Parts: sequence; C-alpha cells; structure tokens
Amino acid sequence: MNEKIFDVAIIGAGVVGASIARKLSSYNLKVALLEKECDVSFGVSKANSGIIHGGFHHGSEYLKSKLEVQGNRMFDQLEQELHFPFKRCGIIVAAFSIEEMKTVEQLYMNGISNKVVGIEMCNQRRMLALEPKLNTDVVGGLYAPAGGIIEPYRFVFSLVESALKNGVELFTNFKVVASAENSGIYEVTSEMGNTIFSKWIVNSSGLFADEISTIFNAEKFEITPRKGEEFLLDRNSAARTDHVVFPVPDSVSKGILVIPTVEGTTMLGPTAIPQKSKEDVSTTSINLDMVFSSARRMVPSISQRDIITSFTGLRPVLKGGDFYIDISSKQPHFIQVAGIQSPGLTAVPAIAEYVKDLLKKDGLILIEKSSYEPSIEKVPRMRTLPPEEADLLIEKDPAYGEIVCRCESVSEAEIIAAVKHGHTTLDGIKFYTRAQMGRCQGGFCTDRIIKIIQRETGLSYEEITKRGKNSWLIKDRIGELKVNSYRGIQ
Amino acid sequence: MKEFKFDTLVIGGGSAGMAAALEVSKRGFSVAVAERENSMGGILNQCIHNGFGLHHFKEELSGPAYAEKFIDMVETSNIEVFIDMTVMDIEEAGDLKYVYGLSRITGMIKFSVKTVVFANGCRERNRGSIGTPGTRPSGVFTAGLAQRLVNMEGYIPGKECVIVGSGDIGLIMARRMTWIGAEVKAVIEIQPYPAGLTRNIVQCLNDFDIPLYLSHVVGDIHGKDRVESIDVIPMENGIQQKDKSFNIKCDSLLLAVGLVPDNELAQKIGISISPETNGPIVDRQLMTAKNGIFACGNVLHVHDLVDFVTEESERCGNYVADYLDKKTPSDQFRTLPGKNVKYIVPNFYSPSEENKFYLRTMIVKNRAELIASVNGKEIFNKVLKHIQPSEMISFDIPKDSVHISDCTENTLEVRIV
Ligand SMILES: Cc1cc2nc3c(=O)[nH]c(=O)nc-3n(C[C@H](O)[C@H](O)[C@H](O)COP(=O)(O)OP(=O)(O)OC[C@H]3O[C@@H](n4cnc5c(N)ncnc54)[C@H](O)[C@@H]3O)c2cc1C
Ligand SMILES: Cc1cc2nc3c(=O)[nH]c(=O)nc-3n(C[C@H](O)[C@H](O)[C@H](O)COP(=O)(O)OP(=O)(O)OC[C@H]3O[C@@H](n4cnc5c(N)ncnc54)[C@H](O)[C@@H]3O)c2cc1C
Repeated sequence: MNEKIFDVAIIGAGVVGASIARKLSSYNLKVALLEKECDVSFGVSKANSGIIHGGFHHGSEYLKSKLEVQGNRMFDQLEQELHFPFKRCGIIVAAFSIEEMKTVEQLYMNGISNKVVGIEMCNQRRMLALEPKLNTDVVGGLYAPAGGIIEPYRFVFSLVESALKNGVELFTNFKVVASAENSGIYEVTSEMGNTIFSKWIVNSSGLFADEISTIFNAEKFEITPRKGEEFLLDRNSAARTDHVVFPVPDSVSKGILVIPTVEGTTMLGPTAIPQKSKEDVSTTSINLDMVFSSARRMVPSISQRDIITSFTGLRPVLKGGDFYIDISSKQPHFIQVAGIQSPGLTAVPAIAEYVKDLLKKDGLILIEKSSYEPSIEKVPRMRTLPPEEADLLIEKDPAYGEIVCRCESVSEAEIIAAVKHGHTTLDGIKFYTRAQMGRCQGGFCTDRIIKIIQRETGLSYEEITKRGKNSWLIKDRIGELKVNSYRGIQ
Repeated sequence: MKEFKFDTLVIGGGSAGMAAALEVSKRGFSVAVAERENSMGGILNQCIHNGFGLHHFKEELSGPAYAEKFIDMVETSNIEVFIDMTVMDIEEAGDLKYVYGLSRITGMIKFSVKTVVFANGCRERNRGSIGTPGTRPSGVFTAGLAQRLVNMEGYIPGKECVIVGSGDIGLIMARRMTWIGAEVKAVIEIQPYPAGLTRNIVQCLNDFDIPLYLSHVVGDIHGKDRVESIDVIPMENGIQQKDKSFNIKCDSLLLAVGLVPDNELAQKIGISISPETNGPIVDRQLMTAKNGIFACGNVLHVHDLVDFVTEESERCGNYVADYLDKKTPSDQFRTLPGKNVKYIVPNFYSPSEENKFYLRTMIVKNRAELIASVNGKEIFNKVLKHIQPSEMISFDIPKDSVHISDCTENTLEVRIV
C-alpha cells in the first residue's frame, strides 16, 4: 500500500504515457506511471514501423495531422537530450500510374495545408535520382525530406529514464483492474492488489483504453485492433533504400512500405487487417507473400532470402480514425488519450504538450521545476564507434571490450547499462541494446546474456524470462539424480 | 590503439582456423589467430558426443577431444593466439590489410597483415529463416543454442520438446534432451527422407522411441508467454495438407534447420558471395576475389564432418604460404555445378594441377555416377554408393586430366546422374 497521493497517475507506459510522464516531470508534481507488463514499451510501441511521418497523409481537419506535424518538428531537440537513434532520411511516395499521381497530388495538397516544409512533387527522373533502387516503372511521386526514422523502443526507454531521473515513479507489473473515487482522490488498484492514490488520471493504455475508461466509469467507446505484420531483412540486403518508400495509400492504410531502419536493417510492412483479439500478435504465412510482392513492385531487388524475422503490432483504432484526446465529460480529473494509432509515434511530443495543456485547463497547477534536467547520459554503442574511440572507451571500461552480440556488435557494457536501467528480461535487453536482434536472432548470445543478467541482478536462472509473467527460459539444472532417469540406456 | 604486424591473421580459432594457422606457421611465416571465445575449438567445444576424427585421426573422438589435439599443437607452435578477441572490421591498404579486433584486455588492436584467412564459421538458421508462423513466446530455441545451454551451462531449456529438422544436429539433440530427462515428443522433417546419418536415426531416435514425422512442417506455434503447443501439417507431393494438421503439446521447440556461413565481414569489404554456398567465391587456392584474403571451413561452405574441415583448412594454410612465397598460381578456369548438384567448391580449377573438390548433391540415390566434363567432353567419373543432400561428397581430379588445347572456355561442369 502506497499512502502517498500522486498528482497525476498515467496508465500505460507506451510511447504516449512515457512522453506525458516526461513532460510532467518538468513541473513540481508527483507523477506515477503505471504499466501492466514487466517493462515499459512492451505494448504497441515496440512493434511499429518506426517512422517519423511527413505530415501529408491526412488533411488539417484531423487532430492527428496537426499533432503529427508539430511532433515531427520536435524530434531534433529530443534526440539531443535523449540520444535515441533517429535520422531524417526523408520519405518518398512512389506512383506507378497516372491515376496514382492524382492521389499523390492530393497528398501534396495535404502537406501544404498542414504547413509541411520542403515537400515536393517529383517527376520520374527526380524519383529515380532520389532513389535509384526504385522500379523504373515509377511514373512520379512525392518527396518529404523532413520525414525520418527512429528506434521506437529505445525512444520510450529514454523518455522513461528521463522521467524517472526527474522524479516520476514507475510501477511495472501493475495492471489496473479497479478504481474508486473518494472526495476527489482516485484509488487505483492493480491485479495483484496493490493500490496507489492520485488526483488526476491519464488514460494512455493503448489497445486497452476502452477497458480503462470503463473501469473508471468514463466515456464508452471501442478500440478495434488492426493488425500489422512486418518483416525484417538482413543488414546486407541489397534492397536497402535511402528513403522510406511508400506506395500510394488506399482508404484503409498507408500500404506496404520499404523502410531503411535507423539501425541498418530493412523492414517491409505493415499489413492492415482488423481483428477482435487485443492479444493475438501471431504472424501468418499468407501475408508474407503479399508483403513481398507489394514491396517488390516498388523495389525489385527485395528478396525473401534476406528475411531475419517478422513481428506483429496492433494499431489501437477508434471509430472515425482520429485521436481522441480530451478531458472526460463524465469523470472529474480524467484525461482520455485514446485511439493513438499511426502517426502516434510521430505525434507523441506534441501529444504530451497537448495533454499538459488539458491538465492545466482542468485545474492542475503547473510550476516549473528548477531542478529539471532534460538530458540523460549517453550510453555509447560499440557498433558506431571508430576504432580509436573504441580503444579509449575499453581502457576506461573493459566491459566495452567484450562483444556479446556479434551480429549487432553489442558489448557487455551496453547490456549492463540496460540491466542497470531496469531492463532485466531478454526482450527488455533486446530492445535497449539490439542484442538478439540481428541475423542470428540470439542463437549465439542468449546464453551469455542470461549469465550477465544473473550476475548483475542476483536473479537465479529460473527467474529469468523472455518478457516477464510465464515466459520462463530454463526449467531446471541437470542434477546428478537425473542420470537415473536416462531412458533406453543399458 | 596498439598495432601488430604479422604475415597472416586467421579470423576464428575453430578447427578450420587452427589447421590453417598451423600450416602457415610450419612454413616459417608469422601467424596470429583471433578467437572471440575464451578458448579455441569453436563449435567442437559444445559437441560432447562422439563421431569426430574417424578420417583424420583414425579414431572416434568427442568434439572437445578433437579440438584439444589441435589446441595442443597450436600452443606448442609459434602462433600468436588472441583469445576473447572479436574481429570487428577489415580494410584494404595497398598490399596490406588492416584488421581491427578488440578484447577486454588488449583494447582495440590494429593488425597490419599481408594475408587474412576467414575461418569464422557459420551460424544457425532460425525461425525467421524458415518463416514459422504463430505467436512469439519463449521456448523457441535454435538447436545449437539449446546444445550450449545443456552441454556448457548444465541447464534444461524445456521438459517436453519437439525438434524441427532431422539433420545430425537435430538427432543428436533429440537424444541429448532425452538423456537429461526431457520428453522429446517428435522430430519433424519437411523432406520425405531423414537428413541425418542412418546411424544417428537408430542411435538417437529409434533407441528412445522418438517418433520421426517425415514430410511434415510446423504450421503454427501456440502460447502467449511460453510455447504451449504446435500444429504439425503433413505434406503430400510437396503441398501442405492443412485439413490434416494435428496438435502436439510441448513447452519448447528446438530448431535444427540448417547452418549458414557467417560472412558479414567478408561482404563488408566487397568480397562476392556465392548464392549456392553463401560463402565467398574462391579460386583453386581458396583465395577470395580479394588478393591475399582466403577462406576455409564452415565460413566457406557448411561441412558435416570436421575431418573435411581440417583437410580443407590445411590445404588453405599451404596456399596462404605459397602466396606469401610469391609462388605464381597456374592458369585457372571456372567450375560450375551441373545437373543435380547444389554447389561445388572451389569455384575454379587448374588443369595443370591436381584439384580437390567438395560438392553437395540435390538428390537421394543409390549407385549414382558423378561426371566431370569440360565443354561437354567427359574427363572424369566416379561411382558413388549412396548419395543424399546432407552428406558432402569429395573427389579429386588428377593432374593433367584436361588438355587446355582441347578447348576454348575450359569450364568444368560436374553433374550427378
Ligand atoms: C504495425 C504498426 C506500425 C506503426 N507504424 C508507425 C509509424 O511508422 N509511425 C508512427 O508515428 N506511428 C506508427 N504506429 C503507431 C504507433 O505505434 C502508436 O501510435 C503508438 O505506439 C501508441 O502508443 P501508446 O503508448 O498509445 O500504446 P502502447 O505502446 O500500447 O502503450 C499502452 C500501454 O498501456 C499498458 N496497459 C494497457 N492496459 C493496462 C492496464 N490495465 N494497466 C496498466 N497498464 C496497461 C500496455 O501494456 C502498454 O504498455 C504504428 C502502429 C502499428 C501497430
Ligand atoms: C552442432 C554441430 C554438430 C556437429 N557434429 C559433428 C560430428 O558429429 N562429427 C563431425 O565430424 N563433425 C560435426 N560437425 C561439423 C564440424 O565439427 C564443424 O563443421 C567444424 O568444427 C567447423 O569448424 P570451423 O572452424 O569452420 O567453424 P567453428 O568451429 O564455428 O569456428 C569458428 C570460430 O570463429 C570464431 N569467430 C567467429 N567470428 C569471429 C570474429 N568476428 N572474431 C573472432 N573470432 C570469431 C568463433 O568463435 C569460432 O570459434 C558438427 C557441427 C555442428 C554445428
């Protein structure tokens, strides 16, 4: 039982909750960040395309467009403070017919009305000059130089680290299941029976925002998951483009993209298939062929030989397709941040500002914190260091001289940093460091990582999991007694 | 940053790296070996079963025992061994190569060398490579990782497991998991025949009543946090029969679905990779398209027997020494895989010398014939008792079997009928 009364409790530590938490940590407030999983960013925010969108897919009548364009502009400063991988590589939309060019023109108009800087209509020659790997059948397209790519989970980890540094309290394994309001104070109870008290609630629980709203007796709405499967190609894939390449969108989605991820791999996807389950992130074999043939239409050198893995993300879609960010009209001091589907990642810095303003409007007193420190420490990445710098670093900390993940060149020091920041599962370490994310998918380094987690946390082997709950890795040790249970041995 | 000069740097201290380094050293050149693990031996260290060395040492050894013999020889030679050292990068500088490797103790080291041998082995294909659909729970391991967890760490990664792939690694892990008290519920193989040696089918599956499902694939993985069960789909005439699929309850899935040469470093400096082997394209001297850079062992093509790795790598070491001796190689022509042949290594041959080849076939057959021809003219043949894709075939074409004047192109094609 935590008797302290928080000013704001944020439910959900995805990119939205994390951004809001960090924003609020710059004021004199007591803030709690509640997350049902064992680590942050284990929801939608870990499984997306990682694109900082260009602000041209929707017209200015949508709230999401406004926040997308604002959010996009805020990433340079965030990168300087939070050191997550980010690059403005630019986005192109490739059209393959005159009809498609008409839609491109519409996208261009959207961009102009959203006040996107640098956006340009391109003829075929310009398209091929920008992106020589495009299919030469391209007839023209759009170029948005301010679009970019980001490592989404690392972004969330950095946001949370910064928030914690500035006093936010994080509660993981805290699945909100009940609430009660008493003279302006909410009592929030977790599945395991823990409670916290707070004056304001922010509902940023992604796919589960409708359920949380119901638990708090606030507005009724329904989130329908829309499944998106993505396929990752090896670093060495010849198909890696310089820009994010979009097809011309249809009414449902932005289509299958070719994404040169900020960490050097190439990603294809996502599909867009509505489904009922909020848990089912399985992949299917039918979609693979569809994704590859769509992507190959734009970039012919794409090959299935280069696949290293695939994954699925579920977009939290609300009827109407726009974000729903507002003060609840049914419950006092309750802010809804729901339906944050794409371009949620892009919009999120602006969403945090927007939510802060709503809280202020709702009566929360905001006094800037004099001790607020926007920057976090940078953990160097061996992969990107020139030899001389790597040498100096190893001299200072020999753990940089031990490469644990050979595919992504991740050193032991980086893994220790992940553990120190609270990422003690295999997936947490994967998203923080990229170890196990390369072409061997952990085949070489999983055993080493298990040992490092044990050493750094004191956990025993049965307590180490892939991602919390029942995702155990090792059942038992081979004991002497087991020899007796050998079968078939004379 | 420290700098060292050697005639040769060998990347990887497995069976290939050690054999190559020993030969270069015997010929009087200075050699260093960089090995990322804390001891040499490579994959052999985790293969505690017997079955190594029948050809080379004429006795049956365990993996570590085979490795030990070479480690002893390396330790009593003049070879400089850098343990715990991961090679990160390589670049060309005129006739020299700069190789960057790092370790906890030495920091980053720049090796300035005349020749480089890639002997850094292979990695396992995994779930992504075979595109198994389903959820992504804990409990899906590659067989090599499971083997390391069991044999090196003493852990039991699951109590009820299913193994995918009936190659020798899958079969050996089936037995190993049974021995440590786990129940192996099935071995699933996509092909209509087992990929591993008959001996291993008997000793690893039949002796333990482990069912082998030939012509089956894993169609789905179930379980949110940990594997709970899998769906198995039979294949008929190469087509999945989804309506006949059945479910097996298990808590772990071990994937033994093949190995791929690990060639990121080679690709980084623009060495062309053969799509057939996934290893570098090499000439008769096992030299890649870059002068002074050689490759042998599993990084060149995946071997099933360590004895062949040793043979190939000793030859490679001698070719490296010939290169350092500035011996000019004789004229070379292309070798090409013909009918029923998946690949043939090396990719070039020399008509005026003896040529040793390794190849993999694409078919299963008893009493097959291997035929080598130059421009349609047969120059060599050999009868093979039994062939299958998982068993590498080796053969030598004697010196002067081809007369260059006979032909214009002189491309050697090897086919199997
Ligand atoms: C396939 C795909 C591709 C995408 N690509 C892009 C892109 O390229 N660019 C872009 O801008 N956007 C993209 N998006 C959208 C973007 O990923 C989302 O908008 C964003 O991640 C939403 O963040 P969130 O914090 O709202 O959700 P989440 O990350 O899901 O966070 C919600 C959190 O709440 C927690 N939670 C839920 N219920 C409870 C409870 N009862 N108690 C406690 N905690 C709870 C969850 O565990 C979760 O961690 C994509 C989305 C998908 C699915
Ligand atoms: C699971 C398994 C079972 C087998 N069973 C048998 C059997 O029963 N009988 C048999 O005869 N053969 C068997 N083999 C085959 C044979 O043993 C191997 O093919 C052979 O040992 C491979 O030798 P190698 O030196 O090419 O590769 P490896 O042994 O893999 O050696 C490569 C070395 O390079 C190092 N390395 C990699 N990258 C770097 C880097 N960047 N910097 C520094 N060092 C690096 C690695 O750490 C490793 O030590 C088996 C193989 C496997 C995988």
